[in-house]
Amino acid sequence: MSQSQTAQAQHLPVATRQVGRLAQSLMAMTLGLFIVGVVGFSHIDVIHNAAHDVRHSNAFPCH
Amino acid sequence: MSTFRSIVFSSVIAGFIVGLIVTAVQQFGTVPLILRAEVYEKAAEHKHEASAQPQAILVHDHADHDHGAEAWEPKDGLERNLYTAGANILTAIGFALLLCGFLAVRSGATGEPISWHQGLMWGLAGFAVFTIAPGLGLPPELPGVPTAPLLSRQIWWTIAVLATAAGLGLIVFRRSMPAAIAGVVLIMLPHLIGAPELEHVETNVPSSLSHQFVVAVTLTSLVFWSLLGSLTSAAFAYFDRPASA
Repeated sequence: MSQSQTAQAQHLPVATRQVGRLAQSLMAMTLGLFIVGVVGFSHIDVIHNAAHDVRHSNAFPCH
Repeated sequence: MSTFRSIVFSSVIAGFIVGLIVTAVQQFGTVPLILRAEVYEKAAEHKHEASAQPQAILVHDHADHDHGAEAWEPKDGLERNLYTAGANILTAIGFALLLCGFLAVRSGATGEPISWHQGLMWGLAGFAVFTIAPGLGLPPELPGVPTAPLLSRQIWWTIAVLATAAGLGLIVFRRSMPAAIAGVVLIMLPHLIGAPELEHVETNVPSSLSHQFVVAVTLTSLVFWSLLGSLTSAAFAYFDRPASA
């Protein structure tokens, strides 16, 4: 991040920075849920077979 | 550094380390039990193929797609363990992103960085939400043990996770009597409704093996969440520090 961006961020009102932080956090959490969903819950055979032992070891519902 | 990048950096580093450690732990804990159960599972499949009775469907609720000849699966040994390591790392990164999102919101609201010890507490909350709560209704299952249809179990699992997370949130952050009562009720609700289960369970997997597996999964998961909570928070505190510092 450049210095001007940092300076800009510091001039923003606290509430605006908070909203930015919340939105970015939600984006990261959605990405995380997507990854866990694919590895642990996808019904696609190939993904199921590759992650088989992990699904059982994490007690994700499996066959 | 932007919050999103800090979260992703922290989660990838913590997830990679935790995924590798947990893969090693599983090699002593859960994986040997899975392999032993598969011997019983395969024996049951062969027996039912030989007798060619429709009961085979009961023994293994969708044997046709899981172990069909067409679907690729990793070869036993190194290949299978490499895929397990990869899937463990991805799972750890996924859960770390989720956890770190909460840490970022929390530290943004309080203005204080999250310590590794607070991160450990968040990790233990993850353990309660993702292992203990769904595991009460749907205990960790070995291959070869017949279970209710997959989708119904996945739906109940998701409901138990959401209800427990919401309930804990109410209890920890609202700090009022009505919220605490509502939180406890919310955590109990999915279990009062009951997890999907079969009326008759017939399996040749010994129950002692199944019991050992429940213990192994729960302990492995405790290691996973303790490490993930403390490492993710320590990494996030590092990447999220103010640029001027």
